Amino acid sequence: MHPVLKLIAQRLALGILLLLAASLLIFAGTQILPGDVAQSILGQSATPEALANLRAELGLNEPAMSRYFSWLAGAVQGDLGTALTNGQEISKSLGGRLKNTLFLAFWAAVVAVPLAIFLGLLAVRYRERWPDKLISAVTLASISVPEFLIGYVLMYVIGVKLGWAPTVATVYDSMSFLEKLNAITLPVAVLTMVVLAHMMRMTRAAILNVMQSAYIETAELKGLSSFQVIARHAFPNAIAPVVNVVMLNLAYLVVGVVVVEVVFVYPGMGQYLVDHVSKRDVPVVQACGLIFAAVYIGLNMVADIVSILANPRLRHPK
Amino acid sequence: MTDALLKVKNLKIGARIYPPGEKPKDIDIVHGVSFELEKGKVLGLIGESGAGKSTIGLAAMAYGRGGVELTGGEVWVNGREILHTSRADLRHLRGLEVTYVSQSAAASFNPAKKIMEQVIEASVHAGKFSKKDAEARARDLFDKLGLPDPDNIGDRYPHQVSGGQLQRCMTALALCPEPDLVVFDEPTTALDVTTQIDVLMAIKAAIRDTGVGALYITHDLAVVAQVSDEIMVLRMGDMVEHGTTDQIINNPREDYTRDLVSVRSKQHEGQAPTDNPILRVENVTARYKGTNFDVLHDVVMELHPGQTLAVVGESGSGKSTTARVITGLLPPRDGKITFDGRELSADLNGRTREDLRELQMIYQMADVAMNPRQTVGTIIGRPLEFYFGMKGAEKRNRIIELLDEIELGEGFIDRYPAELSGGQKQRVCIARALAAKPKVIICDEVTSALDPLVADDILKLLENLQKIEDVAYLFITHDLATVSAIADSIAVMYQGKVVRYGPKAEVLSPPFDDYTDLLLSSVPEMRLGWLEEVIANRKMESAGN
Repeated sequence: MHPVLKLIAQRLALGILLLLAASLLIFAGTQILPGDVAQSILGQSATPEALANLRAELGLNEPAMSRYFSWLAGAVQGDLGTALTNGQEISKSLGGRLKNTLFLAFWAAVVAVPLAIFLGLLAVRYRERWPDKLISAVTLASISVPEFLIGYVLMYVIGVKLGWAPTVATVYDSMSFLEKLNAITLPVAVLTMVVLAHMMRMTRAAILNVMQSAYIETAELKGLSSFQVIARHAFPNAIAPVVNVVMLNLAYLVVGVVVVEVVFVYPGMGQYLVDHVSKRDVPVVQACGLIFAAVYIGLNMVADIVSILANPRLRHPK
Repeated sequence: MTDALLKVKNLKIGARIYPPGEKPKDIDIVHGVSFELEKGKVLGLIGESGAGKSTIGLAAMAYGRGGVELTGGEVWVNGREILHTSRADLRHLRGLEVTYVSQSAAASFNPAKKIMEQVIEASVHAGKFSKKDAEARARDLFDKLGLPDPDNIGDRYPHQVSGGQLQRCMTALALCPEPDLVVFDEPTTALDVTTQIDVLMAIKAAIRDTGVGALYITHDLAVVAQVSDEIMVLRMGDMVEHGTTDQIINNPREDYTRDLVSVRSKQHEGQAPTDNPILRVENVTARYKGTNFDVLHDVVMELHPGQTLAVVGESGSGKSTTARVITGLLPPRDGKITFDGRELSADLNGRTREDLRELQMIYQMADVAMNPRQTVGTIIGRPLEFYFGMKGAEKRNRIIELLDEIELGEGFIDRYPAELSGGQKQRVCIARALAAKPKVIICDEVTSALDPLVADDILKLLENLQKIEDVAYLFITHDLATVSAIADSIAVMYQGKVVRYGPKAEVLSPPFDDYTDLLLSSVPEMRLGWLEEVIANRKMESAGN
């Protein structure tokens, strides 16, 4: 077998193992949460008999191990159970929410990733000069301000004062694609500002590291222009670290958008999760946790595999 | 005057350096060097490290490496001054008129791109050739340079070909755009001698066939004598002497040039082996952890008290691995090490402090073998404390004694390694090894990183110290000239085996086995026409077989 295939197979196996471990942690974590679902559904005035009946009905009296395995077996087949609070199938309501979150994350990534890499290249080209310093200062400032503040400031300035974009990002299934895009302009802008600095700094550092190499001198002595040297000779060798940080930020775009979703009233996973945590709806919390873990592990696995593929020594062994 | 290919007038080059703990300083590297090069001629630039030869070579492309700045003078290429020309013209110059071959092709090729893509990049980028024509030309050059499978080697990645092949690919890269001038910067220095001779021959033939002019930079006068028409000797940024190759080699005018020419004349009278070897390596077979092949096969050698055993071989021959086995860093799979009549534990952890004391080591890279934050006194004093429990004035006196022995003196006791030159650093490492009063010192390529004249001084010092301290050396080297200058016995290693072993006089006289013959005949000799002679001899031999 080609050594690269073997490495990739190893990564995949490791990813699945990690996901299993994560599912165990999520399940254990929700078990030790304080509070009782039956109590919170029925309220403080419920009789002990009613509570006992509801517990038996919800299967809360089964041993934890057997509940874990039946939950896991369901999750593997796409059945995440039913929400305790409204009795709806979780996979159905979660599906729509996940689609919305991915929609938002995708467009934020489409804007942020190329912009970050381009700014990183630009910063290297003009390193230690004003464009480099300006790019660093602006991106670092934007990452340092809390995202809800950026969100409200943008809402006020762009949404209210200038009226260029809607302040509420709620999307409905009935909206057309362009209407949806228009609705998410501001959250995309906020998310871009949040993840830009990290990716741009990492791109800059990775390329600067490569720029010390002798083959960069060779490229310069071939009469290539500075930007060609960076883009054609330095960047291909900086792909691995750059992809890693890009994937980390993509994962953040999916997993960490809770605040932005709440600020812009966007019907995504984050809001859904927050709602049900406060209602102690354990199956929903578990399902969201599992999806977040899968996204995180999946994206980092992709980063690992791209790093492997980007290494010519592994791709083309002697 | 204007038809000279390269004209350098009063060239001055400076750099900003950052000494530790001080303010940045501007220093001069080259103070006003002038020379001219006609079309199709080869000028050798020779000198020790710090002479400014690479810096001058790169100045022919108006390029300053790192913080280097071209501060004054003029450089004319093809009838125009290039230090003040436009950026666009500079790119044209670098891509098409003057090209560069660096010392380490392995580092100078982009690991992420195929060889062909990199070889033709400059020509195609500048619009000199179409991609197809450039590829055809590159294949032709691969063929001329004697690369195997010239039609397909360009499809490989740099890590898929050997060091010597990559160096030839780099030459093809430089010749591809049909430049007028190629700057060869130590193109064979990093190669083994047997590989060096092939690359040297390929470069020489390519220069002859294409009629290109060249600056050939090296610290090895014997190498430059084979390829250049003229030689310029540089020292500390000044020109010492400039003349035809014949005049410089056979009739040097300056003392410094004479020293360079005669540097390898040191000879050592070999002693006969004694009856009681101090160190015996007995049938050692070893492999590295996690691999499934032996790197040493049945290695046998003996070192006699107060004598020097030279272990010679190319990279990968197992000489340093032998040292690792002797020191206990790599326990052998089979065989044993006997020291002074007793068997040493195979593993480092099983050795007594006395075992450790009696067997010391000196390394190739003196600067990484010392703690940069300790003074010379601390570095040398450490083994005195560790092995002999010395303290205070007693320790200080012994340190001063050792500093005198290595010809540095008391003044160095409070200096840091960064304040020493390469040769001085190596001397401190020698003193540190001697401080333990060892019976054997393993010297692993101790002179390889040093300039020839400095290396020569170190060898003389080692020889004197051997007489004073009665210490035996196991001297690992790839350089045969060093061997004849210091050894009593020689072990020639090849692919993990000892292929020839015995007293120096015996090993170095015919009849030779094939490998030793190849090794000996590949060492460049300081005379004109040596390269042609060797090649002719080899052709004759292979025709005769």
